[in-house]
Amino acid sequence: MISSYIGYYSLILGFILSIILLIYSIFCFKKNNKKINQNIFSILFLQFFTVVLSFISLIYSFIVSDFTNETVYNNSHTTKPLFYKITGTWGNHEGSLLLWLLVLTLFIFLFIIFSKKQPTKYRLLSVFFQQIIICGFFLFLLSTSNPFNLLFPAPKEGLGLNPILQDPALAIHPPILYLGYVGSSIIFSASLASLIQNNINSKWAKHIKKWIQTAWFFLTIGILLGSIWAYYELGWGGFWFWDPVENVSLMPWLCLTALLHTIIVLEKRQLLKSWTLILSIATFTLSMSGTFLVRSGILNSVHTFANDPARGVFILLFLFFLIILSLILFFIYQEKEATPQKKFFLVSKETSILVNNWFMMYFLSVVLIGTTYPIFLEVMVDEKISIGPPFFNKLLIPFLTFFLIFMSLGPKLNWIKDNYKNIKYSRIGLFLICILISFYLIKNTSTEILFTSILGGAALYLLLTTIREFLVNKHNISQTISHFGFSLFVLSILLNSLFSSEISANMKIGQEVIYKKEQIKFLSLETHKKENYKSVIANFEIIDKKKNSIYLYPEIRIYNQPNILTSEADIKSTIFFDKFLVINLLKGEEIFNVRYQTKQFMIWIWISTCLISIGGILGIFKRL
Amino acid sequence: MKKNIFYSILFLFFLFIFSIFYKGLDNSNIYTTEKIKNENLSAFISKELFSNEQFDSNDIIKVNKFTIINIWSSWCIPCKQEHSVLMDLKEKTNINIIGLNYKDKKNNAINFINKLGNPFSKILTDPDGVISISLGAYGVPETFLINNESNVIRKYIGPLTHDNILEIINLIKS
Repeated sequence: MISSYIGYYSLILGFILSIILLIYSIFCFKKNNKKINQNIFSILFLQFFTVVLSFISLIYSFIVSDFTNETVYNNSHTTKPLFYKITGTWGNHEGSLLLWLLVLTLFIFLFIIFSKKQPTKYRLLSVFFQQIIICGFFLFLLSTSNPFNLLFPAPKEGLGLNPILQDPALAIHPPILYLGYVGSSIIFSASLASLIQNNINSKWAKHIKKWIQTAWFFLTIGILLGSIWAYYELGWGGFWFWDPVENVSLMPWLCLTALLHTIIVLEKRQLLKSWTLILSIATFTLSMSGTFLVRSGILNSVHTFANDPARGVFILLFLFFLIILSLILFFIYQEKEATPQKKFFLVSKETSILVNNWFMMYFLSVVLIGTTYPIFLEVMVDEKISIGPPFFNKLLIPFLTFFLIFMSLGPKLNWIKDNYKNIKYSRIGLFLICILISFYLIKNTSTEILFTSILGGAALYLLLTTIREFLVNKHNISQTISHFGFSLFVLSILLNSLFSSEISANMKIGQEVIYKKEQIKFLSLETHKKENYKSVIANFEIIDKKKNSIYLYPEIRIYNQPNILTSEADIKSTIFFDKFLVINLLKGEEIFNVRYQTKQFMIWIWISTCLISIGGILGIFKRL
Repeated sequence: MKKNIFYSILFLFFLFIFSIFYKGLDNSNIYTTEKIKNENLSAFISKELFSNEQFDSNDIIKVNKFTIINIWSSWCIPCKQEHSVLMDLKEKTNINIIGLNYKDKKNNAINFINKLGNPFSKILTDPDGVISISLGAYGVPETFLINNESNVIRKYIGPLTHDNILEIINLIKS
C-alpha cells in the first residue's frame, strides 16, 4: 500500500520536474552562457531518481504480492517464483511503460554527462526535446495507465502472469529491447537540436554515432532474445513468424541500420545531411508507431496486451504531434546542401553506402506495408485480409541476393572516387565457384535450384570476402565482424530451411516410430508437482543410424493460475543440428501428439546474430 | 515555393495516415460479414490434405443441404483464433464443414490440425491459391455458407465469431 503511494507521488514529482526542465532549458538557452548551468544536471538526476524510485516501489509491490495494487493483482500470484514476480513488473502494459520512462530519463542523463565536448546550446536543446517526449510519456502513464491504481477491498489472490511469459529469455528481453527501442529517442532529440543549431558536421556525426551504435546493439540483442524465446516456448519450432509485433521491432532496426551506415558518410565526407536527419527522426517515429500498433489493439497479434482505445488515441495524438513538430522544424531550419565541390561518383564508398540505404528502405517499406496494409484496407473499403509469411518471403528474399553482392563489394571501395577496373577477374571467378559450391550442396533438395544456389553463392561469397578482409586488412574489425555475421546468418537460415525435417505422430507410452533411419521411442512419463504448476515430463530415446542414442525430455506444464497448458520443447543442440521434440496432450491424457524435428545449423542463427551485434559494440569502443 | 508545396503535401500525407489510424481504432478487431445472395460458387477440383484423393467440389456440395467452406492457413494468426469457433460449430450442428487449406505447407497444416483439433469433414488443398481466387476470396480466413445447388447464402470475411455461428444455425433451420 505504502509503496504504491511512494511510487505514485514520485511519478508526479518526476512529471513536475519535467515541466521545470522544459522551461528552464529554454531559459538557459536564451541566456547564452558558455557552460551548462549545474542546476540542469541536478534536476535531470533528480528526475531519473524519481522514476527509479517509482520503478523500485512497483517491483517491491510485486515481490510482496501487494494486491491492493491493481497492476499486481492483474499480473501476479503468491505462488509464483520470486524471479517471475520481479520480471512480471514489466510483463504488463503499465509496468512496461514505466520501463519506457526509466530508459528515457536514463538516456538523457547519460547524454548530458557524455556530451561535454559539444556546444552548450545544442546540449540544452537536446534536453528540451527529450523532455517533450518524457513529458508526453508521464502524461500518458498518469492519465491512462497508472501502475499504482489502488483496489479496495484488497483481493486475497492475484490473477497470475501468463505462463508463456514465465521464461528467463523473455524476462530480460523487454529491458534489453527497450534500451534499443527507446534509446533511439536520444538520437531523435539530438538530431532536432543539431538541426536548429545547424550543427550537422563530422564532429557531430562522430559524437552521435556512439549513441546510434549503442541503441542498435541493444535493439539487435533484444530482437534475438525474443526470437530465441519464440523458438523454444511457442512450440512451433520456428524463430520468426512475421507477426505484427515482430515486424514492429524489425522496422526501427532496419531504419537504424541504414542510419548506422549513413552516419559514416556524414562523418567522413560531410554529405547526406538531411537524409541522416530524416533517418534519425524516422527511427524513433517507427518505434513510437510500433508502440501504437501493439498497445492500441488495432492489429491482431499473438502478443496482445489489454486493449484500451483511450490509450490508442493518446499515443496516436502524441506520435503525430512529434511528426508534425519535426516537419515544422525541418521546414524552418533545413538548409540546402550547397556543396557543389563535393560530388558523388558512381563507383565510390559513399555510393555503395547509399545503395545499402536503398535496400534498407526497400526492406522497410515491405515490412511496413505488410504490417499496416490490412488496417488501411479495412478502414477504406471495409475488407479484411491477413498477410502472412508468403508475402514477406516472396518480396524480400530475391532482393537479398543483390544486397549480399553489394555488401561484399561495397566496403572495399575507396572514398570519393574509385575505378571499377579495380574489380579483378579473380573475384568474379571466386563468385562463380561459390555459386557452384552452393549448387552442389543443395542440388538434392526440392526447391527452385537456380535461384537458391545464387542466393547461397552470394552469401558464401560474402563470407569468404569478409574472412579475407579479416586476415589481410585489420583496421575495420567491427564492420568486418558484423558483415561476416550477416553472411553466416543468411547461410544458416538458408541451410536450416532447406535441410530441416520433421515428423508428427500420435504415440502412447512404449510405442516407437522410425523416421529417416532414426528410431524414436516413447519410454516413460513422470508427473511432478511444482510451485505454481503441475509438470508432466515425457522421456524419449532417439537412436540414430550409428546406434548412438540421445534422450529428450519434453514437458507439458499445467498452470493453476491462470489455468493454462503450455508445452515446453526439449532441444538438444550440437554445432550441426538441433533435435527438437515437443509433445501435446490429445484427448484422454493417454495419447500424445509428438513432433520431432531436426533443425540443421539452428545454433548458427543465434551465433551469427551475436556476431552481428558484437561488431556493433566493438565499433563503440574503437578509437577513431 | 517548391518547398512549401512539398511540405504541404507531406503534411497532408501524415494527416491522411493519422485519420486512417484514428478511424481504425474504432473498428479494431471487429470483423464484419459481407452479404452476397444467389451467387453461384464456381466448381473446382482439389486434392484432400490427408488422403491425397481427388475431389470435385460439386460432388461434395450435392450431398448435404448446406455446406460450409472455410478457407484457412496454418500461418494465419486470425485462423488460429477462429479455430475454436469452428470446433464449436461442429459440435453444435451436424453441418458439413469443408476446409480449404490456402497456400500452406502440408506438414504445417497437419500440425495445426493435430494441435487444435479437426472440425472439417474434408480438408481440400489450395497450394498456389488459385482456387481461393476463383472463389472470389480476399484472403484468409474466409467462410462461405452454400446450399446444395452451389448458391452462396452468406460469405464471412475474417474470422467467424460466435454471433456468426448463431446466424448460421438460424439460417439452416429456416
